[in-house]
Amino acid sequence: MEIIFLEGTEDTPKILLDQKNGIFEISGRSLPEDSAEFYKPVLEWLEKYKQNPNAQTNWVFKLEYFNTASSKLILDILSKLESIPNITVSWYFHEDDEDMEEAGEEFSELVEVPFEFKTY
Amino acid sequence: MKYIYDLHKTMLARNLILVYEGEFTQEITKSVLAMAERNMESMGEESSIKRKVFNVMVECLQNIVKHCEETVETNRKHTAIFMIGKQDDEYVITSGNPVKDSSVPMLREKLEKINSLDKEGLKNLYKDIIKGTDISEKGGAGLGFVDMARKSGRPLEFDFESLNNGLSFFSLKTTISRQ
Repeated sequence: MEIIFLEGTEDTPKILLDQKNGIFEISGRSLPEDSAEFYKPVLEWLEKYKQNPNAQTNWVFKLEYFNTASSKLILDILSKLESIPNITVSWYFHEDDEDMEEAGEEFSELVEVPFEFKTY
Repeated sequence: MKYIYDLHKTMLARNLILVYEGEFTQEITKSVLAMAERNMESMGEESSIKRKVFNVMVECLQNIVKHCEETVETNRKHTAIFMIGKQDDEYVITSGNPVKDSSVPMLREKLEKINSLDKEGLKNLYKDIIKGTDISEKGGAGLGFVDMARKSGRPLEFDFESLNNGLSFFSLKTTISRQ
């Protein structure tokens, strides 16, 4: 399957989706002008990945900041992850960032996917 | 030339650290954010407060960017204003932009609903909107306002001033405590 690699910018996150090496990570800042358009390739990639997923998938969110428009798309990604077997989500937050920790907890309450919370 | 000095005095009196007036785009949003971030950094602001201010600024600025398209057809020269004030005990993030008179009741209703909710109520409303189960949400500024109120922990202050041409000037004020 093709690899998605996007370098992070001041308003878009770094994205690395690499099935062969088992790396699935979205990190940095997410406040794109058009969130739906920006995350479309990720959702399309996931649609293909879930046809033939790895035995285990650890999906990493390591966001420094995301806007409310991105939060809807993060929920869309998490909803797609629900149908992947042996999936875990690692939700990273900066150790003094309670808002990011709480945001992760709220997402975990909205979907049926196991979350692990980690600080960086 | 006196207006320059007057404006300078007003800015000092209100402790405004940043004022932007004009066209709002994603590029301008990024520039304003970068300026405000640098400003807070150079003043040695605490990171949790910086993050909350950044958060409110993004929602505020992106709301204006989205409203632009609606008002541009009716308003020959579109102008909006964005300001940040810094007091000893709080940051004040304010914006002002023209909106259609027809959007005023909807905006008022959303803001009044948000201001009537406590912390838990805001959290539930936030979840309902992102899940798409809140039927009152029609792609408007609802989620951004909820997030601003959550980050602030205080009611959002707002006002509408009629411009007598089918438009109203929408002012919005959010405070972030520095304590």
